Amino acid sequence: MYEAAGIIFSNLHDKNITELTGQRTMAAVPFACRYRLIDFALSNLVNADIYNISVITHYNYHSLMEHIGTGRDWGLERRNGGIKILPPFINAYANAANFLYNSRLEALQSVSRSLDFNEPYVVLSDCDAICNLDLREMIEEHIASGAQLTIAVHPEQSRMPGANVIYHSDHTGAVTGVDLYNPSLSGVQDVCMNVMVMDTAFLHEMLMDASAHNYGSFLRDIIVQNIGKRSFRLYRHKGYFANIKSLSDYFRLNLQLAQDKQARDQLFAKKDRPILSRVMSSAPTKYNSSQVELSLIADGCVIDGRVENSVLFRGVRVGKNTVIRNSVLFENTVTGEDVRLSCVITDKNVSIRDGRVLSGHEDMPFFIEKGKML
Amino acid sequence: MYKKHECVAMLLAGGQGSRLCLLTERNAKPAVPFGGKYRIIDFPLSNCINSGIDTVGVLTQYQPLLLNEYIGSGSPWDMDREGGGLTVLPPYQAKNGADWYKGTANAIYQNLRFIDRYDPEHVLILSGDHIYKMDYSRMLAYHKAMEADCTIAVIEVPLAEASRFGIMSCSSDGRIFRFEEKPAHPASTKASMGIYIFRREVLNDFLQRDEAESGSDNDFGKNVIPSMLAAGVKLYAYPFENYWKDVGTLDSLWQANMDLLGEDPVFDITDRTWRIFSRNNSLPPQFIGRQARVHNSIISEGCEIYGTVENSVLFGGVQVEEGALVRDSVIFPGVTVGAGSRVDHAIIDQDTALRERCQIGDGRRIALIGAELTLPPQTVVHGGGMIDTLRALEGR
Repeated sequence: MYEAAGIIFSNLHDKNITELTGQRTMAAVPFACRYRLIDFALSNLVNADIYNISVITHYNYHSLMEHIGTGRDWGLERRNGGIKILPPFINAYANAANFLYNSRLEALQSVSRSLDFNEPYVVLSDCDAICNLDLREMIEEHIASGAQLTIAVHPEQSRMPGANVIYHSDHTGAVTGVDLYNPSLSGVQDVCMNVMVMDTAFLHEMLMDASAHNYGSFLRDIIVQNIGKRSFRLYRHKGYFANIKSLSDYFRLNLQLAQDKQARDQLFAKKDRPILSRVMSSAPTKYNSSQVELSLIADGCVIDGRVENSVLFRGVRVGKNTVIRNSVLFENTVTGEDVRLSCVITDKNVSIRDGRVLSGHEDMPFFIEKGKML
Repeated sequence: MYKKHECVAMLLAGGQGSRLCLLTERNAKPAVPFGGKYRIIDFPLSNCINSGIDTVGVLTQYQPLLLNEYIGSGSPWDMDREGGGLTVLPPYQAKNGADWYKGTANAIYQNLRFIDRYDPEHVLILSGDHIYKMDYSRMLAYHKAMEADCTIAVIEVPLAEASRFGIMSCSSDGRIFRFEEKPAHPASTKASMGIYIFRREVLNDFLQRDEAESGSDNDFGKNVIPSMLAAGVKLYAYPFENYWKDVGTLDSLWQANMDLLGEDPVFDITDRTWRIFSRNNSLPPQFIGRQARVHNSIISEGCEIYGTVENSVLFGGVQVEEGALVRDSVIFPGVTVGAGSRVDHAIIDQDTALRERCQIGDGRRIALIGAELTLPPQTVVHGGGMIDTLRALEGR
């Protein structure tokens, strides 16, 4: 038996980028050419030999289900364990118990009857933690320390410390305090990655407590209440970490990956820790009379024009004399001839006809909805 | 339980392909990489699934490790199925001794019991040596419409090359009245593509006869087809007019890769109406760097390009460092082309690293570099040269 089970929350941060989550969950938001956000959480779990994974969903989870399929692409097509999607549990009789969760804790409570696993440890991960995390090491440290809860943090010279949950700890790594959205913090801080390792027994105990006391927030009602009473520790992740707070954040992170080799290596080039995604069997990318610079490109594209500092997902077609700059083009975006795009995000299946000139700004990318033809 | 199938395919994948030199030293020809992310066997397997044929026996013999690993459960081609799907059929030991597959016909003969399980009316025989897109269901429809005992796919070839093939002469309705394997003086330019559909009883019957005949080479082209013709059964030719390329030599393998390039390529693998499936590794997206120049090329996932790539096919995970030039070449997975190196008209096998300022090829004849080598800085390999070990390099 494997030591730990995994639980992924797929919807918690949907409101951060409403543009992209109108028709999909945060977990299914495309990222870096060929991934969806959940690929990072799934790969981190699988790379630590965790093969019993539950994905808690809320709404709009069709594209997520299609992406996960049987779980084969992550080695999760298993007779024992594997991957399980847990949609909201609504019983046949309308009553007060039928509600859609809003928080992590409510999400766990709503599916608690389906969380029947025997593993002594459980990893809780949000879907938007973009990182290649050494969960195996984190679990080992958790077990060795005897803590009930270990929280992954990323030490950051924070641009906006106020926008994050910051953990404080003593020299032994024990959690001593939490700051929520405190704008007065400065310097390097341990930013919460929303990935935790828990003793399964502790999780069950806390879920019982939560229903007894009608708790609503994992952070406020469980973590903060128990600091100093229970053993909570931090695990510092070394390497790339990002989560998405807005569309312009999303835009910036995609383009940053195209420019920053170190970030790419920390995310994708870890030995024995590949980031896995759904395999689509696209043809390789074809460059005709193209000029391409500083760009990340998926398979299945056909490029006739000029592409600079951009991120192209699968099956993108760039027409002749077209110039794409600082843009993120989702799957099957097709541009005609003589098109100019600058600081644009196109959702899937967008077509842009000949001669169109579209431009946003670095802080305010121009977003084009799924399936639109311009 | 096995379901009854109208047609079962048998794919002959045991060939060595010795004319591919180093490339098939540790690898069967059907598993030789092609076109940036494929292997040769992807083409017949994808053709099968696109034609609605989901039950395929793959006959392996020569160097099967990589091939078996690649085929796996058949899932990339949707052939991991209950009651059918893909089955690998290696030579086996039987009560009265063990036999290698002696010829193409003998390989099928030894696996007649596999075919019987599915109780098919027709058996499609394929080889794992060619690059083409073909709808076998149309050929099957033709075979049935003609009420043929055997239908052979044929393609027009230049007269000068006809003596390399099995050549057929047909009457106006397509019935074959003469078949000659590799004739010195070809009577027509209709060449066999090595794709046959047999009625199962006829196949059974003639394979038994062929087996009983001592001195037979147990080969479809040399023995079985001529004896069927002699016995007067109904053989028909099914004309095929699209791209079909035997990639049995370095030159033809290189040329077939080049045929994929261009705005209007001779052979289009980006065609979404007839997709070619392959086993993919999950590699990160490809990255094209600041000073890079990529022109008229095919590049796959995991590549990082900082130099110049022209008229070339690059497989997954290839690194082209700054100031390097790759032109008119086919670079297999995981190769590194060191800074300032120049690769012109070459095929470089898997996981080889060229260090700085190497010169490979001269733009005229193909240079071939073997797998898993590290070539020291400033190595020079001329066109037509072949490097399989580092010792070969020192010995020159």
